[in-house]
Amino acid sequence: MAQSSESPFARRALNLVRLGFNELTVPVLAVVTALVVGGLVMLVAGGDPLLAYLGLWEGAFGDAKAISETFVWATPYIFAGLAVALAFKGGLFNIGAEGQLAMGAVVAAWIGYALPGVLKIELPAFIHIPLAVLGGAFAGGIWGAIPGWLKAKTGAHEVINTIMMNYIILLIASFLLNGPMKDPNPLNVIARTPSIAESARVPRLLPDLRVHWGFVFALGVVVLVWWLLYKTTVGFEIRTVGTNPNAGQYAGMNVAWITVLTMGLSGALAGLAGTIEVTALNYRHELSFSLGYGFDAITVALLGKTHPVGVALAAILMGAMRNGATRMQFLTQVPVDIVSVIQSLILLFVAADVIVRFLFRIRTPKQGDAMMTRGWS
Amino acid sequence: METNALELKAITKRFPGVLANDRVDFQLRKGEIHALLGENGAGKTTLMNIVYGLYHQDAGEILVNGAPVAIRDPNDAIRRGIGMVHQHFMLIPVFTVAENIILGTETVRHGVVLDRQTASARIRALSHQYGLDVNPDLLVHDLPVGVQQRVEIVKALYRQADVLILDEPTAVLTPQEAGDLFRIMRELTGRGVSIIFITHKLKEVLEIADRITTLRAGRVVGTVTPAETDEHKLAAMMVGREVILTVEKQPAQPAAEVLRVEHLRVLDERKVPVVNDASFTVRAGEVLGIAGVQGNGQTELVEALTGLRAATGGKITLLDQAVTNQPPRPIIERGVAHVPEDRHKHGLVLPFPISDNLVLCTYYQTPFARGWQMDYAAIDANARERIRDFDVRTPSPFIPVESLSGGNQQKVIVAREFSRPIKLLILNQPTRGLDVGSIEYIHRRVIEWRDRGCAVLLVSAELDEILSLADRIAVIYKGRILETLNAVDATREQLGLLMAGVTQTPAAQ
Repeated sequence: MAQSSESPFARRALNLVRLGFNELTVPVLAVVTALVVGGLVMLVAGGDPLLAYLGLWEGAFGDAKAISETFVWATPYIFAGLAVALAFKGGLFNIGAEGQLAMGAVVAAWIGYALPGVLKIELPAFIHIPLAVLGGAFAGGIWGAIPGWLKAKTGAHEVINTIMMNYIILLIASFLLNGPMKDPNPLNVIARTPSIAESARVPRLLPDLRVHWGFVFALGVVVLVWWLLYKTTVGFEIRTVGTNPNAGQYAGMNVAWITVLTMGLSGALAGLAGTIEVTALNYRHELSFSLGYGFDAITVALLGKTHPVGVALAAILMGAMRNGATRMQFLTQVPVDIVSVIQSLILLFVAADVIVRFLFRIRTPKQGDAMMTRGWS
Repeated sequence: METNALELKAITKRFPGVLANDRVDFQLRKGEIHALLGENGAGKTTLMNIVYGLYHQDAGEILVNGAPVAIRDPNDAIRRGIGMVHQHFMLIPVFTVAENIILGTETVRHGVVLDRQTASARIRALSHQYGLDVNPDLLVHDLPVGVQQRVEIVKALYRQADVLILDEPTAVLTPQEAGDLFRIMRELTGRGVSIIFITHKLKEVLEIADRITTLRAGRVVGTVTPAETDEHKLAAMMVGREVILTVEKQPAQPAAEVLRVEHLRVLDERKVPVVNDASFTVRAGEVLGIAGVQGNGQTELVEALTGLRAATGGKITLLDQAVTNQPPRPIIERGVAHVPEDRHKHGLVLPFPISDNLVLCTYYQTPFARGWQMDYAAIDANARERIRDFDVRTPSPFIPVESLSGGNQQKVIVAREFSRPIKLLILNQPTRGLDVGSIEYIHRRVIEWRDRGCAVLLVSAELDEILSLADRIAVIYKGRILETLNAVDATREQLGLLMAGVTQTPAAQ
């Protein structure tokens, strides 16, 4: 009953717009609040917040080079943010993105340098690049699927296991990069692999800028993840099991398999974050390359409301702040670390959205619709 | 004339698109039990939430002890002596009874130390005074539902409430517990507490209320006393038309056997055998009712039949094929529909739109999916059709199913499960917590499917439901089927004895 006379399509579209607007309110206000509080911190420390934010803006979007660097920074955030967001959709908290991207980076680097360099297998770029990228993604996927499998089989909580998996791979990577995979160049003193072959390098978009096809690929993966989650039967299963596993079982879904699959896909996305840094930017794996992308990804995913498009926007914002910070410090002597402060504040305000809702007098939605993960027990 | 403990004058409350309360007048006399009766969505809970300060009326006046008051929030309500026990309890499971009760009104010693002793002593005194039998030192999650409810009542009394609002208090109780509650309610009114009792169960209203006010579509239909009314009149007031309380049906015409259960054994979570050597059959075109007091293995029995729980022994045969310990999907695909006992746990994905919930079991089949890709046009069309056919009251097929009333949520499940080519219908407590109109509707649909040649297995703790729907009745007690009777021969007394485990013929074991 109560069918309206408007076309159902228009009604649904209207609903989506309204929903989108509501969904955006808290993240946008969280960012605004974080910037204001960050500005107060600068004031207290004797800086000029307006000048600092001007510098931040110039550094991030001031010219073509700045924009290019922002996109370069954003790329790993997009992949890792998608990884965490997809796991959230499946009711799982993947804190292991950092380890999964390290796994991806190690494998991609090996495929990149060792196939031609050690095994003497020469490949054309159109095979070598996909092989390195997909190899890294696959490795990250395995690294994510293991805690997924442990959860499905034994009920062991994925938070604990992904953290432990982080330590395992970071130590293994440290061993490999200081040992068997270390760059043998006599001038090299740090833990890094040899350069990957030209045939494994993802090309740049424009001649003089560092922004690369990996960024475009990342945007493509955003669409792919959106399609997977909202348009396919597998996505329906992931979201159902993530929201109510009992109903998933009742509906005949294989809950254990979906859990493993979700963590595997999440790990593969995180693996891509490491892989693209190796094949499109650094052209080698250096132990210190990841500045905690896997952990910042949690902020990105939450700020993006775990929606793929939101994640992309949040990742670009995060990349812009990281990138613009240098210019800001140059202009105002406000240290780049203020960006970490702002980022933490964003996470705080997004996670504890009660604060933002109170500050801006936004009415709380009726029910707890933002359930991210299932409980501990 | 004595002043009323609570009086509402022309309360009006409008929500976007709905007039939830329309000039509602209501008087609560001191020391009376005043039942507020109405279907789901009639505006009972909205009205009480206004009294309790959770909503604000758009127009109208609230008088407490004859004086007009403004109630801004629940604290205001509590200050004025109004207490509310919600349908879903507001208790913290890992806290003790005393901690839950003092939460928000804690008293401290030396500025920091929580004064548990004084609180416990006061709770004991209150509990003793009103015959509530609540131990302040137990953890809430160890308590049965009926006792948790008493904790909520003590909580209100602890805050010195003399007007108590009980929102659907019996929905979660066994008949035994409901009896206890009614005794407590009498005790309370005897000591000057006034009670508003929200419900849609007609028998209870006639049993316990002093006066009955019926709401329909936000308006007061009338206020009566139990002496001047009966179930039929009340039902008609609630629904607005004559309601058929008994289901009209022809004698069953059982055909081929659809389900055969032999010597089934099932364990519960604690590895205790809860289904013990159960055997029965269901044939096409008949309704087999499983009668029994809650917790005699019905839940686990149904879960084993639908593939949600492993059987440790015995055999389940569905349409001449063994399906023991098969996963749910092949069982569903062989033509089993299941209306689960707990619709929030198993039956629905609450934050998902109604349209998605309507394809929960068939999302991967044509026309809802082509290969990997879901076809949302087909899913939307399906939703519109089901909502119309099954009279689900909703402004849109795309709102989250959790925003529907309980009765409409159940209709969504029924609409989904009854819309496949099914051979066996398994219903577990299909009308629990529903209003008269929805119950009548669901009962009619069940008989309709029986007459189309579907086998129906009905598990219910409501004897009335079993008696009005079932063609044969199997009584379950401690996981065993004690006896199977023809419904026409069965009497209430006989079933009651069997449900308590008393058999006349030892051979039936």
